[in-house]
Amino acid sequence: MQLLSDASRAEIDRWIAKYPPEQRQSAVMAALRIAQDQNGGWLTNALMDEIAAYLEMPPIAVYEVATFYSMYEREPVGRHKICVCTNISCLLRGSDEVVAHLEQRLGIKLGQTTEDNRFTLKEVECLGACVNAPMMQVGREYYEKLTPETLDTILDGLE
Amino acid sequence: MVNIEINGIPVQAADGSMLIEAADQAGIAIPRFCYHKKLSIAANCRMCLVEVEKMGKPMPACATPVNEGMKVFTKSPKAISAQRAVMEFLLINHPLDCPICDQGGECDLQEMALGYGNGTSQYGEAKRVVADQPIGPLIATEMTRCIHCTRCVRFGQEIAGVMELGATGRGEHMRIGTYVAKSVSSELSGNVIDLCPVGALTSRPYRYSARPWELDSHDSVSPHDCLGANIQVQSRRGELQRVLPRDNEALNECWLSDRDRFAYLGLAASDRLSAPRIKRDGEWQTVDWDTALTFAAEGIKAAGNSVGALAGYSSTTEEYYLLQKLVRGLGSNNIDFRLRQLDFSDQARLPAMPGLSLPVVEIESIDAALLIGANVRKEQPLLGLRLRKAALNGAAIHSVAAVDYAANLPMGQRIVTAPEAMVASLVAVAKALLVEGGSAPEGFAALAEKVEVSIEAEMIAASLKGAEKGIVWVGAMAAGSPDAAALRSLAALIADLSGCQLQLPGEGGNSAGAALAGCLPHRAAAGSEVDAAGLDWRAMLGAGLKALVLMNCEPELDCADSRTARTGLEQAGFVVALSGYASQAMVERCDVLLPMAMSYETSGTLVNAQGNWQGFGAAIAAPGDARPAWKLLRVLGNLLDLDGFEQFSSEEIRDELKALTGATGTIANQLRWQPVAPSVRVEGLSGIAEFAIHGVDPVVRRAAALQASIDGQGASVVRVHSTTAAARGFNDGQKVMLRTGEWSCAPMPLVVDDTVPAGCVLLRKGTEATQGCSSGFGPVELIPA
Repeated sequence: MQLLSDASRAEIDRWIAKYPPEQRQSAVMAALRIAQDQNGGWLTNALMDEIAAYLEMPPIAVYEVATFYSMYEREPVGRHKICVCTNISCLLRGSDEVVAHLEQRLGIKLGQTTEDNRFTLKEVECLGACVNAPMMQVGREYYEKLTPETLDTILDGLE
Repeated sequence: MVNIEINGIPVQAADGSMLIEAADQAGIAIPRFCYHKKLSIAANCRMCLVEVEKMGKPMPACATPVNEGMKVFTKSPKAISAQRAVMEFLLINHPLDCPICDQGGECDLQEMALGYGNGTSQYGEAKRVVADQPIGPLIATEMTRCIHCTRCVRFGQEIAGVMELGATGRGEHMRIGTYVAKSVSSELSGNVIDLCPVGALTSRPYRYSARPWELDSHDSVSPHDCLGANIQVQSRRGELQRVLPRDNEALNECWLSDRDRFAYLGLAASDRLSAPRIKRDGEWQTVDWDTALTFAAEGIKAAGNSVGALAGYSSTTEEYYLLQKLVRGLGSNNIDFRLRQLDFSDQARLPAMPGLSLPVVEIESIDAALLIGANVRKEQPLLGLRLRKAALNGAAIHSVAAVDYAANLPMGQRIVTAPEAMVASLVAVAKALLVEGGSAPEGFAALAEKVEVSIEAEMIAASLKGAEKGIVWVGAMAAGSPDAAALRSLAALIADLSGCQLQLPGEGGNSAGAALAGCLPHRAAAGSEVDAAGLDWRAMLGAGLKALVLMNCEPELDCADSRTARTGLEQAGFVVALSGYASQAMVERCDVLLPMAMSYETSGTLVNAQGNWQGFGAAIAAPGDARPAWKLLRVLGNLLDLDGFEQFSSEEIRDELKALTGATGTIANQLRWQPVAPSVRVEGLSGIAEFAIHGVDPVVRRAAALQASIDGQGASVVRVHSTTAAARGFNDGQKVMLRTGEWSCAPMPLVVDDTVPAGCVLLRKGTEATQGCSSGFGPVELIPA
């Protein structure tokens, strides 16, 4: 059974075309991202195996990539994945308070998902927005200069 | 060459080489974990940090290229302090479980810690623990001990060609493993045990059985494939504990196949024969040697010259030589060791001994190869490594076979056909070669008339023709096919037309030795012709001989046609077995069982595919009353009043044979084209049969860990293509019986496997599950069980 949709395959092909033909596996990171998006934000082993076969590489080499980068999820995640930076700049600017506020408001700890599957809360390393620390990423959006008040507004605006 | 100075000693090093190589050559020790001379450079353990003049920071010796005038200090305060610091970090997460760790006593980390470690640790936090994941019956894992050198990962990627272990996660969460639950399947997986510098990967069968300092090491040679890998057999108080590779760059380098490494487990099988037994009035009796040997000699003598002998594949040259001498002394030429073959029609034209025409190391430098019915990777795993190196250097490796073998190297053209169509496929290649010039030999035109030249055949032909150094390799499936003579003849023709060299590696560990010793019906010792050829094994078993001698073989499993072997044994009169084991069939069919010493228990010589006579002594004593087969044959010869059985050592027997073969101990030979008949079309399902990688001799067959491995488990099934399964309504895993004529095998699971051509059934021989089947070739039927 084919797990990767035709649309996903077409998009992976676009990435494969960027590399020399004998280096299809260079598209592995893009392929994992595409597969993750298709699958509601997380990767299954079967999906990774299919990517391995599609890119003609050993499955374990795909697992290595998928486990190395924190942006690939191997467990189901909520509709909104909240990634809070706790790296040095954000820490100095109060990311502790951001985490505490989020945990209290959502009723979950870092690394957990709310029961209604709306939110997943994650701690991440620097996302490169130190100039407006503290910051977090929700889905594809960056939210910067966070305070408890702005956090409430942001969360209220998320379905 | 560049000149450098290490610790004040001037050293010359090759351009582009690394400091650690230069130091190793000069005999200057630098500590290391991740560096290994056969693997790529990872530079991730940092243990080899050294001080280099004019460089601010300590440099990793494994990843720092030599430069003219470089001054290196491996023992300066700066180098030592860097090495000690690295060691301290490595030990942070390493458990202090040396007393219960199998690596203890031969652990790189333990040794380095003694030299570079502190007596105490400054680290007070929790240590990292990694949950274990079993990776099969051969390798025990204890991943908490892993120091992430990635040698095992690189071995899989670079050497074995199958990446099964990987490093998942990162930072403190990084771990080595398969990620998903899975046994490793590589036929070379055991090498990671040797490579692992700590106790993370250790031998599962050897686990907790000995300490390295208690072991006696004996140099020996492995008898399971024609490479003759050099090994160390290690024992404790006379008991065999394990087998390790012995470095030999010309043969096995520093590697060993799993079969060579773990076959020893079969020596301790529960049906091991330890005392002579005779069957008197239908009752088995355990007797002393005199009684048994006299009983055997009397039985043989009574048969006159209606006598024959079958020998298994992993015997020593000396044993083969005495066995044929015995049979020929009795006035018979009925002797054969080619139990895995079915077609002997070209035996008179065949080279006097099988082998390779080029040294094993030179396989690496070929630029094209045509493999005919060859699964080199499983047949001779370490020769497969040489082929893989050639392929990675750009050689085009093509294949014509009845299975699309899973290769561990980039393959060129692959022609996968039904077994009976292999002849036509080779004719097509030869025909394509003739287009480019050369005249068709006698008898070829008639064969080629109806054969169309495919694009693949044209490409193979062009590639072989264009090769500066090309080889044509006849593998086990081709040699064991009913069309073997035709395939060999065509292989010789293709080699001739393309200017390539023909390779006939031979099955088993000592085919060359057996042939040289004259263990053949048509040739006596040193390849000399006999007046009238005797019977091959198949004819012998069909002839109802009055006496039959079996040496180191289980005919119902070792012969290419289990059914013929079984019925043949029933028809034979008096059956004497020189055997390591008392198998069920032997107990039922033999009259005398003479326990013999097996591999590692006897002295002798094996002749490998490149013609080396590799001698070895006994590493351990045989169990109970078992004696070396050459001694048994010698006594039998005396009891039968035959001449020439006065040898006092295996060396004397070897020298006797060597005097006949001449100083080199090999016989130059060549195979030429002979007209062949087109093979017979098979209606319905066509059978394909080959010996299982772990079903090649009685010892390997009893090595439980090998049988439990993926290769071992995969041998007890029948395989068909998905379209064939669908067309006949079979499901994966369903139990079926394989039937040929009126005979059928015991029910076996069916596995849907698309490497088998459509319309064919693949069977692996030499296993319990498949015994009782006929040759496995020709028309077969599948019946739901």
